[in-house]
Amino acid sequence: MTDLATGPSAGHADGAELLTLADRVVGQAKPGEQIEAFVSRGGDTEVRVYQGEVEHFVSAQAEGIGIRVIRDGRTGFAYAGTLEETAIAEVLAEARDNVEFGTPDEWAGLAEPDGVPVTDQSLWNDELVEYPTDRKIELAMELERLAAGADPRLRIDEANYADAHGEAAVATTTGIRQWGRENGCYVSLSTLADDGDETQTGFGFSVGRTPEALDLERAAREGADRATRLLGATKPPSKRTTVVLDPLVTAQLLSIIASTLNGEAVVKGRSLFKDRLGDEVAPAFVDLVDDPTNPLAYTATDVDGEGLAARRNPLIENGVLRQFTHNSYSARRAGTVSTGNATRGGFAGTPGVGALALSLVPGTRSQSELIADIDDGLLVQSVTGIHSGVNPISGDFSTGAAGLLIRNGTVAEPVREFTIASTLQRMLLDIAEIGGDLDWLPMRAAGVSLVIRDVTMSGS
Amino acid sequence: MGAARVFRILGIMIDHDVVERTIAEALRTGADFAEVYAEDKRNTSVALDDGRVEQVTSGRDRGAGIRVIKGETTGFAHTSDLTAAGLAEAARAAAVAASQGDGGVRTIALTQAPAHRPNTIVTYPEDIAKADKVALMQRVDEAARSFGSEIVQVSAGYGDSRKRVLVANSDGLLADDDVVRLLVRISAVASGDTGMQTGFQSMGRTVGWETFDDLDVEALARDAARQAIVKLKARPAPSGAMPVVIKNGTGGVLFHEACGHGLEADHVQKGASVYAGKLGELVASPLVTLVDDGTMGTEWGTLGIDDEGHTTRRNVLIEDGVLVDYMWDHIRARKEGRDPSGNGRRQSYMHLPMVRMTNTYVMNGESDPDDIVAQTEQGVYIAHLGGGSVNTATGDFVFGMNEAYLIENGEITEPLREGNLIGNGPQVLRDIDLLGNDFAMGNPGTCGKDGQGVPVGDGQPTLRVKSLTIGGTAS
Repeated sequence: MTDLATGPSAGHADGAELLTLADRVVGQAKPGEQIEAFVSRGGDTEVRVYQGEVEHFVSAQAEGIGIRVIRDGRTGFAYAGTLEETAIAEVLAEARDNVEFGTPDEWAGLAEPDGVPVTDQSLWNDELVEYPTDRKIELAMELERLAAGADPRLRIDEANYADAHGEAAVATTTGIRQWGRENGCYVSLSTLADDGDETQTGFGFSVGRTPEALDLERAAREGADRATRLLGATKPPSKRTTVVLDPLVTAQLLSIIASTLNGEAVVKGRSLFKDRLGDEVAPAFVDLVDDPTNPLAYTATDVDGEGLAARRNPLIENGVLRQFTHNSYSARRAGTVSTGNATRGGFAGTPGVGALALSLVPGTRSQSELIADIDDGLLVQSVTGIHSGVNPISGDFSTGAAGLLIRNGTVAEPVREFTIASTLQRMLLDIAEIGGDLDWLPMRAAGVSLVIRDVTMSGS
Repeated sequence: MGAARVFRILGIMIDHDVVERTIAEALRTGADFAEVYAEDKRNTSVALDDGRVEQVTSGRDRGAGIRVIKGETTGFAHTSDLTAAGLAEAARAAAVAASQGDGGVRTIALTQAPAHRPNTIVTYPEDIAKADKVALMQRVDEAARSFGSEIVQVSAGYGDSRKRVLVANSDGLLADDDVVRLLVRISAVASGDTGMQTGFQSMGRTVGWETFDDLDVEALARDAARQAIVKLKARPAPSGAMPVVIKNGTGGVLFHEACGHGLEADHVQKGASVYAGKLGELVASPLVTLVDDGTMGTEWGTLGIDDEGHTTRRNVLIEDGVLVDYMWDHIRARKEGRDPSGNGRRQSYMHLPMVRMTNTYVMNGESDPDDIVAQTEQGVYIAHLGGGSVNTATGDFVFGMNEAYLIENGEITEPLREGNLIGNGPQVLRDIDLLGNDFAMGNPGTCGKDGQGVPVGDGQPTLRVKSLTIGGTAS
């Protein structure tokens, strides 16, 4: 229950306590009133190590409740970061008071059970709950040692271990009643590489549902590679070129594409694809799927932020735009049904819409095979400013980038301090090939190497 | 100040002796330093979108974070339970986190610091009816929509908060603050033959409702609509390096990214800043004097005390191009044996404080802003910058241009589509060759660092950078 379990706690295996709290709020509904109660509780641990010492150790617990009330098409909402009884009563009173100021909206309403079966997910591991604190510290120290030994030019800015656990319940007057819990952990690393006066930076990470699943060696190796590979990088000349996006960069691009396929943006006229269902928006070999039922995705979940079953939704099939993502509100307004794509940022907000576990259907070739076909191009290894230079409403795309030039089918010298630009619409149409190296990442989109033609590189 | 004194300022109501006992509990394992940070925050927001008041939201967050430092290790825990027992439990958790060892018993005596308020609140937003806040957003919506028939969508947001804060530590410090914030945001979408374009405006103040007496929110709304409509005629931005003129009050984010983060002492002490070891050196054009000032009247980054209880100050960082100081928090200042600079901030009681900016700005130069454009043969004029980000270790940064125009033969001509600009901080600071005399503060910002967001302000006069790379698609 990724979306519900955003709050950090061990919790009880059956969720009775949080469900009871939620039920008690919903039970106070007056005639003509719809009420949704979302209750969450959780905790996390974070260890940061620097030069063999613990720099900080954070142990945090949080809980809270958010209550949504709808009456006569008007919506009111309130929340509090506590589960004290008096505070909950105050939250319900505030939410009711806030209803008075909403504009009536014929499509306003809570989700209703739709009969779609829930795909069970195993998102909780007792093993992590019992994992001792000194071992957590040791993992961060081990990561720092591994990375420091990887290259003599490397310094370690910080090495971290973190874990989080959370449980959440949602109940409504419309008959939704769900509870779930989830836990997980990660290690991460921030690196610096020096060569003379020059310094470059990198990072590495590994995510797992248990500490055993963490791949410290990969995190250390990637942290070292990312920093050292940019040493000696120069600013390239401006030109139009073919780019190969590293899997992590593709995942960032897909996250932006997802916001253009968001049903709320569509019904409010803010999506550049709003009138384009059924159109060819990409070459025929492109399939884009949102599938939070896939257990390989770190963002896999059994239910969405409104408590409806998560489900597999093909968004682009054979290059043709097939559907948008919807929660119950945007679906009602669009005259369709929810796709189980309600998102929720925790108890302090109401559900939005978004992709939950997006991925391109991979091709077959490795990144080096993709590169071998390119005479003159650019391997983009990182992008920056994706939220300042990309406008998902106009489609303009421009980001800072760093990577390696491609010459005669192989990677050549490193380049940095330049931008890559196109439009989102063009980039989809200009996809030349999708790699076979699908990589699930701790974000709502999976990575895969992607070749895109005719992108402008702006440098000197 | 008797032991029975109660801190009512917070609505938090923690007995004086409970705070002292909590700190003593946190010190039990032999720690060097312990701190209690308690806050009580209430906020109200109005979201108007698509012509409807979608939702009024009320929120309440209340709790305390306990920090314990032993040697080089910081332990931290927080709780939403502000009873003596809840605080003691969090104090023990933080102490254990900082150390497995066992120390002695230390008692502490707190001394209340005089209240430091950079501004006066006349009308607390909690005393204004929700209906008035809703009406404000309806005026904003109407003003943006009636600006032009091309406007097809408007989203407007209002938010207010009142946060009462108490900070006490084992050095005997005891301080409090009462911070009010008001924020208005408008985004407009225009539609035409060339597709859709967006415009954005916002204002944020650390004072009460009286700020709307002299602030024209409808003018802000019209400006957001104007931007969106202007951009319908925009052509693709150029690609490559060229001179860039940045309008006053719109480009402070350039300094926030190009050098502000690099002057935060945590990055400096770890050798992860291009400005480490450069005190006393010329790091910018001699035109540049850069200040970080947490005491600035009603600005968005203004605070009475920072989130470690230290009074905020006006700190000159770069003077006539020479680096004179960094920004400091408790830990980094202690390591250096100096006073903190009032830059220790945190997102909430659930977060550890670290070095952060407040209001960061470049002081006036002497050039007439019109002359700056007139002296630029070919280039880009940026009338509204978007967000940005920086790598402090390399100095490479990007920021977005929300509204920009070509400069041709010394005149502002055609509007440009959006894109990012990219540059290197130390290089750009040296490349500032003209600085205007028209200083203005810019839009309220939220600065993100290590997963925490805090409100910041920025400002600058009109200025020219000799060469910046524009990330457009036109050759």
